[in-house]
Amino acid sequence: MNLKEFAKEIRVTTLKQLAVPGFGHVGGAMSIVETLAVLFGETMRIDPSNPQWSERDKLILSKGHAGPALYSTLALKGYFPMEMLTELNKFGGRLPSHVDRSKTPGVDMTAGSLGQGLSVACGVALGDRMSGRACHTYCIVGDGELDEGQNWEAMMFAAHYKLSNLTLLVDNNKVQLDGYTDDVMKLGDLAAKLTAFGWKTLTADGHDVDAIRAALAERSAECPSAIILDTIKGKGANFAEAAVPNNHHMTFTAEQIEAAIQEVA
Amino acid sequence: MTLEKSPILMRDALCNTLIEAAERDERIIALDADLVGSSGLKPFFKRFPERAVNCGIAEANMIGVACGLSLTGKIPFAHSFGPFASRRVCDQIFISAAYAKLNIRVIGSDPGVTAAYNGGTHMPFEDMGVLRSIPGITLMEPADPTALAAITKQLAGDEHYGVYYLRMSRKDAIAVYGEGERFEIGKAKILRAGGDVAVFASGIMVAEALRAADELAARGIQATVVDMFTWKPVDTELICRLAAKVKLFITAENHNIYGGLGNAIAEVTAANCPIPIKFVGVKDRFGQVGKQNELQAEYGLTADEIVKAAMR
Repeated sequence: MNLKEFAKEIRVTTLKQLAVPGFGHVGGAMSIVETLAVLFGETMRIDPSNPQWSERDKLILSKGHAGPALYSTLALKGYFPMEMLTELNKFGGRLPSHVDRSKTPGVDMTAGSLGQGLSVACGVALGDRMSGRACHTYCIVGDGELDEGQNWEAMMFAAHYKLSNLTLLVDNNKVQLDGYTDDVMKLGDLAAKLTAFGWKTLTADGHDVDAIRAALAERSAECPSAIILDTIKGKGANFAEAAVPNNHHMTFTAEQIEAAIQEVA
Repeated sequence: MTLEKSPILMRDALCNTLIEAAERDERIIALDADLVGSSGLKPFFKRFPERAVNCGIAEANMIGVACGLSLTGKIPFAHSFGPFASRRVCDQIFISAAYAKLNIRVIGSDPGVTAAYNGGTHMPFEDMGVLRSIPGITLMEPADPTALAAITKQLAGDEHYGVYYLRMSRKDAIAVYGEGERFEIGKAKILRAGGDVAVFASGIMVAEALRAADELAARGIQATVVDMFTWKPVDTELICRLAAKVKLFITAENHNIYGGLGNAIAEVTAANCPIPIKFVGVKDRFGQVGKQNELQAEYGLTADEIVKAAMR
């Protein structure tokens, strides 16, 4: 699979999806597009026809508000029909603003109250290891989300239990709802912190599929690995990129979406 | 009725039952937050080190890990002291467990005054109240080791899926049940029948209610005593049946009366079968250090208080 093309498809599909309600978490959805393209296009062992396959690799999207990007990816992979993408944020629909495992085929965990996903990912990695399954667990968190202390409990836990079957992907877009993370709550030297917590820590350009793939290849077989992805909040949606740092949740017009799609294509 | 201590401690009943379950079923996992030495789960940790997970002093992460284990098909039992297994992890139980429709069991030990010398920081009069507004959660407080073991055994099987919170004293308990007694989660147990008042209790208050019933009988008042070991879902059918038989309800709980067992029963009666109710329990106060009997006297968690409530 051509991952660059897949990323483009995910981005365009996500913009079209967001155009239906005319509002949504466009910033944080756009920044994880290449990550999803690599995971679902190549890295993860999955079977879209059997979303509950116990031997599958799992993804915990802890920054649950990025759901639209994941929904596009799942639909493009065939987990559900493309037409279902019009259900985003519809009452009674199967695609809520924040991901929900009991509503959407292929969504492995419910998330939305930030800071909880990495703990769940630890439990999944541990449970699979206890069961002798050779599968891997991925967890995507936002950099702003790392303000939540529970992440740091989970980081200690993963290192202590040597969860080498766990990969943390930090969407380091440097912006949170109220502004730049450096202004709201400084993360400091995140790579050094993760390393000090006992993780193999890697960095990559989060919008370069080859760089993400290369970082994934460098993961440790002894301890949990983290990849800090240098990303841009709203990447590829020109109206959202222009609005940084105020693009966490936006309203937009059909014309803006159309113009953004033209630029991506 | 003579009441005697059970020969087995509550925590040993818990651990023995979990070990028996784990011997049969490799999905049973025990988690603790640096309280293995207190919870009584040490023999489990020794017997099944690969299925025992000490999470350190990090309860929020422990609940999340339990949820992750549930996603892989495990049946996790996560223990901490009551306040840290409830109010401290309320959002994790709400979102990662209940809202996500996962399958976990949370054990909160040292309910209310049984926290004794650990004092107000460790003395949950609010754990059940904090958790009761979580949709679909099941809340239980068994009275003795027989009840605890029977319920734990059920929770270790496939019959029950969801989020279960078990509030339990770790230490001595008055033996209320004989061996082989059967329990159905959500169905209360009538321990004694009497036509004047009905006393609803759970945990340590069951023995107090039985003592009170003896005292009331001596004064010519016949009391029904109910072990309401399930607080949610509450046994609506039994409550309405008894409301038609007696003149007064008394609820007795080792918990704040706001958000507690009395409220749960009053919600049922107010809507379906109105009857006067007296609430014996903690009257919106914090805990403090003391011997359990001193604290029971201080907070009015005694047979005497139940008798007084019936006489007034």
